[in-house]
Amino acid sequence: MIEVKNICKTFDDRMILDHVNVTFEEGKTNLVIGSSGSGKTVLIKCLVALYQIDEGSILYDGRDFSTLDEDQRRDIRKEIGMVFQGGALFDSQTVEENVAFPLQMFGNMSAEERRDRVNFCLNRVNLTNANKLFPSQLSGGMKKRVAIARAIALNPRYLFCDEPNSGLDPKTSIVIDNLIHEITAEYNITTVINTHDMNSVLEIGDKIIYLNKGQKWWEGDKQAILETDNQEINDFVYASELFKRIRKASR
Amino acid sequence: MKIFYFPGHYYLFIRNVFRKPQRFGWFRKQLLYEINSLGINSLPIITIISLFMGAVITIQTAFNIDSPFIPLYAVGLATRDSIILEFSPTIISLILAGKVGSSIASEIGTMRVTEQIDALEIMGINSSSYLVLPKIIAAVLINPFLIILSMFLGIAGGWFFGVIAGSVTTTEYLYGIQYAFRPFYVFYALIKTLFFAFIITSISSYYGYHTSGGALEVGSSSTKAVVYSSIFILVANYILTQLLLA
Repeated sequence: MIEVKNICKTFDDRMILDHVNVTFEEGKTNLVIGSSGSGKTVLIKCLVALYQIDEGSILYDGRDFSTLDEDQRRDIRKEIGMVFQGGALFDSQTVEENVAFPLQMFGNMSAEERRDRVNFCLNRVNLTNANKLFPSQLSGGMKKRVAIARAIALNPRYLFCDEPNSGLDPKTSIVIDNLIHEITAEYNITTVINTHDMNSVLEIGDKIIYLNKGQKWWEGDKQAILETDNQEINDFVYASELFKRIRKASR
Repeated sequence: MKIFYFPGHYYLFIRNVFRKPQRFGWFRKQLLYEINSLGINSLPIITIISLFMGAVITIQTAFNIDSPFIPLYAVGLATRDSIILEFSPTIISLILAGKVGSSIASEIGTMRVTEQIDALEIMGINSSSYLVLPKIIAAVLINPFLIILSMFLGIAGGWFFGVIAGSVTTTEYLYGIQYAFRPFYVFYALIKTLFFAFIITSISSYYGYHTSGGALEVGSSSTKAVVYSSIFILVANYILTQLLLA
C-alpha cells in the first residue's frame, strides 16, 4: 500500500500538485486519470522520487520515502517496477539483456537461473522468440511487453505504469491492460497507472483517482465512475459520443 | 550568483559519479566496452591526422629555414618538440573532444530524453556513476596510449613525407629528433593528456546527463559539450604549461 499524504510540488512558483491525499491499495489496479497538464505524470514521478516533493509525505507500507537518505531510497526502489510511456528500454541491449539487467545488478542468481527467470518473465507477457532482438527491431506493443517483463523481473511490490497504452492500437491496449491487471492480482502488487484511456478505466480500474489542476477531485471504482454526477469528471470521461452512449445504456 | 551555478552543479555531479560501483563485474565489462568505444575506435582518425600533421610541420619548418647558419637537423628537432609538447597532447585532445565528446553527450542525452536514465534510477542504480565513471576511467587509461601513438606517427610522418619531398635527409632528421632530447617533455605531455581526458569525458557527460527536452536539446547538449570541453582544455593547457614548464 502506498499512502500519499498532503503532497505539494511546484515548478517555478507554479503549483503542479496541490495538497494531494490518496491511498493506493495493494493487489488493486489504481488508475490516475485527468486531462493533460493535470499533474498525473508529476504525481507518479514524485511517488518514485524522480521529483522531490515540497511538502507532505509518501509512505511505502509505512516507510516514509521523503525522509529517507539516498541509500535507503535505493533499497525501496529495488522493490519498484516501472513501465515508462515509451518503454525506456536500453537501446544497446537485446530484449533478454534488458530483462536480465535488474537481475544482474541486484539478484544473486546463477547465469542459468537468470536465463530461466528472463524466459519466465517474457513468457508471462506472451513474448516468445524475441530474446535476441534489439529494441529498435520491436513494435510499440512488443516494447511495452518487454518493459513490463523487465519491471516484474525482480518480483516488485509496487508497479508504476505511465500511460502504458499510448501509441498502441485498441486490441494491443486491451492485451496490455489485462496483462497488468492479471500480474497485479497474481503477485498482490500495488499498481499505479497513469492513463488517458477510458477503455482502461472501465476495464481494469479497481480504484480510480481523478486529478484536476493538481488537486484530487474525485475517487472511486469503475462502477462509481459510471454513476457519478460530478460534472467535472463527466465532462472528462464522457467527452466522446461513444462513452455518452455507454453511460446511457448502463443507466 | 549564476556564475557559481556551473562549478557547483558540476562538482555535485562529479561527486556522485565517483561513488563505488554497485557491481564491480558490471563496471569492468562497461570499462572494456568504453576503452574500445572511446579509444580503439579513435585510432583511424588519430593515425591519419598525426601522419599528415607531422608531414606538414616538417615541410613547413624546412621551408622556413633559409639561413645557412641553422643546421638542417633543426627540422627534426622542431618537428619532435612541436609534436611532443603541443600537437599530440593538445591538438589531438581537441580533436577527441569533437569526436568523443559529441558522442558521449548525444548518447547520454538521448538516454535522458527517452527516460532510460530515469529507468536506471528507479531500479535503484546510481545512473551517473553507472554511465559516466567507466567513460572517465576508460579515457584516462587509454588516451595516454593514443597520444604516445600519435607522437610516434607524427614524427614518423614528418620523416617519411619530409624525405619524399626532399625537405630533409634521413640522417639529418634522425639526428635532429635525438638531439637534446628531454624525456621530461613526454612526461609533461602525458600529464596534460590525463587532465584533458578527464575534461573531455566529464564535461561531455555533464551536458549529456543534464539534457532536458527532445532531439533539438540533445543536439544543443552535444554542441555545448564540444565547445566547453575545448575551452577547458585550452585553459588547462595554459595552467599546466605554466606549472610544469615555467
